[in-house]
Amino acid sequence: MIASALGLGATALPAQETNQSSQIQQLQQQIRQLQATIEQTEQQHRQQLEALRKQVEALQPPPPPAAPVALPATPEPAAPGGPAPGGPAPTGSAPAAAPPAAGEKKGWSPADPIQIGGGRAYMNLGLVGTFAAGGSTAHGIEGGTQLGGHDPNQNGFTVQGIEANFAGAVDPYFRGNANVVYEIDSRGESFLELEEAWLETVSLPANLQVRAGQFLTDFGRINTQHPHSWTFVDSPLASGRFLGPDGLRNPGARLSWLAPLPFYSELFLAVQNSQGETANSFRNDNGGEPMFGRPLSQDTGNSLNGLLLAPRYAASFDLSDTQTLLAGVSAAFGPNGSGTDTDTQIYGADLFWKWKPARHHGGFPFVSWQTEAMLRRYQAGATAAGSYTPGASGVYLPGETLADWGLYSQIAWGFRKDWVAALRGDYVLPVDKAAYEWILGDDPSRLPRWRFSPNLTWYLSEFSKLRLQYNYDDRQQLGIDHSVWLQFEFSLGAHAAHKF
Amino acid sequence: MKTPHILLTALAWLSFLLPAQARLNVVATTSDFAALAKAIGGDQVEISTLAQPTEDPHFVDAKPSLILKLNRAQVLLEGGAELEAGWLAPLLQGARNPRLAAGAPGRIRCNEGVAMLEIPAQLDRSEGDIHASGNPHYLTDPANAQIVASHLAEVFCQLDPKSAANYRANLKTFADHLAARMAAWQKLLAPFQGCHVAAYHNSWPYFARRFGLHIQLFLEPKPGLPPTPAHLAGIIARMKAEQARVIFVEPYLNRRTADSVARSTGAKVIEVAYLPGGIKGTENDYVKLIDQVVNSLARALAETRNQAGQTE
Repeated sequence: MIASALGLGATALPAQETNQSSQIQQLQQQIRQLQATIEQTEQQHRQQLEALRKQVEALQPPPPPAAPVALPATPEPAAPGGPAPGGPAPTGSAPAAAPPAAGEKKGWSPADPIQIGGGRAYMNLGLVGTFAAGGSTAHGIEGGTQLGGHDPNQNGFTVQGIEANFAGAVDPYFRGNANVVYEIDSRGESFLELEEAWLETVSLPANLQVRAGQFLTDFGRINTQHPHSWTFVDSPLASGRFLGPDGLRNPGARLSWLAPLPFYSELFLAVQNSQGETANSFRNDNGGEPMFGRPLSQDTGNSLNGLLLAPRYAASFDLSDTQTLLAGVSAAFGPNGSGTDTDTQIYGADLFWKWKPARHHGGFPFVSWQTEAMLRRYQAGATAAGSYTPGASGVYLPGETLADWGLYSQIAWGFRKDWVAALRGDYVLPVDKAAYEWILGDDPSRLPRWRFSPNLTWYLSEFSKLRLQYNYDDRQQLGIDHSVWLQFEFSLGAHAAHKF
Repeated sequence: MKTPHILLTALAWLSFLLPAQARLNVVATTSDFAALAKAIGGDQVEISTLAQPTEDPHFVDAKPSLILKLNRAQVLLEGGAELEAGWLAPLLQGARNPRLAAGAPGRIRCNEGVAMLEIPAQLDRSEGDIHASGNPHYLTDPANAQIVASHLAEVFCQLDPKSAANYRANLKTFADHLAARMAAWQKLLAPFQGCHVAAYHNSWPYFARRFGLHIQLFLEPKPGLPPTPAHLAGIIARMKAEQARVIFVEPYLNRRTADSVARSTGAKVIEVAYLPGGIKGTENDYVKLIDQVVNSLARALAETRNQAGQTE
């Protein structure tokens, strides 16, 4: 076989004045092919043996009626008109199907570990590095113009996150997934974040699925998306303001049910802890700083009432072969840290529409539109220790409910292969001015704010991209700011397959 | 008196929601497996396909409607060579269907028993988007279609023994038909043994091997990467040197690039697909698909050979 392939190599080269380098190139290619062929042969043998064994198995314990139109016993040689019929024999570097060699394989049993990733490892590993460079006219970037914990956070360079993903089948009953993020903040401090780590059932009856561990709450769309799958450099203002800089995520459990309807329709119910900085509008002590003029505590609610409850319903329709709509409504209920019996409710509605033509190449062109609206009602407790502004301490603040709106809408247009132009509009505003604001002055974390963000993304390949974004930011009382960010990203290891 | 009514209504609804599984519910990732499943399964199986035949099967959106298809399937036919790596996993996770779990009898890797080509000696993405299990377009060789068809017949017989006789008969019909066509295809392409053909994407190594052609010149510098002017200049030179006078382009790829290369080399661009339905008239029919490829290739090779002969 090797000899014949070499012979082919010789005849394949036009013996004319093709320059040497291309000859060398071709020979190198031949060598590579041969190497591959040799390695293949071994695998073929194993595969053929396996196929034969299966056929024997299928034929031996007489499978129903005996009408033996016998399945072709040997796969390759049985191929109709294979190399046999007088016609031209393939002259390609065809490795003639060799008879199977030794090597037995047993059938799968539920006790066996499941292999994924082409069956070459028990776990898929992936690493995504996301960086940004740029600057802003704003004085406070981190927590000021940029509300997201993975947003660019300073003039100059930002490590937005180095995210390691570990995923695989645990056993026949569970699938495991973990995302660990390494970050460097604007002061140069490094820290690790356990973004997600959960296991999920794979074989519950009645279309049910349970996920348990640490996970991002299914609230709307953006909250469950990791930064590398965002269409923009930064997170939307509504999500930063209500769900928090790092999104809404905590240890807990989630039950989901895929309804047996003619269209996709899924119900989710998550129960999670409600304390900590990853439950921003709930039992969050805000790093010891007051919020809405009140001192906060994480310690309230040590009963089951202290948990966060997050239901969601999502439905999807294919409007045509090329257009798909996915819509959802979400809510999150739980106690907050501003009093002993104070709750927060966040409601959300989200919509995602995408058009992709029947003949796309690499997923291009496409147009997608994503919109989310949120309403937060935050019951702020009565307090005598308002200390929002210096000199204001000791002021009595009445109990009150703070209602805030947030909305973003973004459209992305993959106008040619590997290029995406996108535009996002952000708007956040309070329903009305709160009592504490009359006393302590306007609270910048509730003031109306607009933002417009056009950007352009270039995917150099499936595994790296460059993105340039401009933010026009209009904060009431703080004025207008301009920011420009260049984002660059690489991805190593397992394919990052994304949900729709 | 009211309870029975409610019960009956509920039962009626349930029966609507869970239709009696009289036919084997088969989902194929791509239309080539679906076409073979149809040839073998006939009326005994209900087949749906996840990727549309006209789209780039490497990049399919994991639409929620596809989750539903997988949720109800008894059998999943996948390529087994990572063509679907970018989109099948999240769909299966959402589908929560134990019948399709890895290793379950309903989860079929169609490349089982197929001799895969171009298995990389080492995994290195600087080589472009290569597949660890080898080139996934193995059904461009009709001999491999025979292997897959036999495999499917075996699977269907196991999962649906009552129709086994039908599946065997269908397999025989298909195999005979394929054998007859194979002889015709080989005869048609026999005069062009050893010819060089260029292609936009490296989808045709199995086809080339079967019919004795050389398809090693690609407009993509590396699989999945867009053509660059420098690379195209090199390809044009090599096409002239190797007298490659035909360029294969899948319908979803950029025809303009191929056309401009054709103008510089005097080659002819032909639209061919490796998925049934990728070209009009080949829907759900594997044999028609290969017919289309072989016929248009033979025609183009003959035409360009005549032209070359006249100019010499």
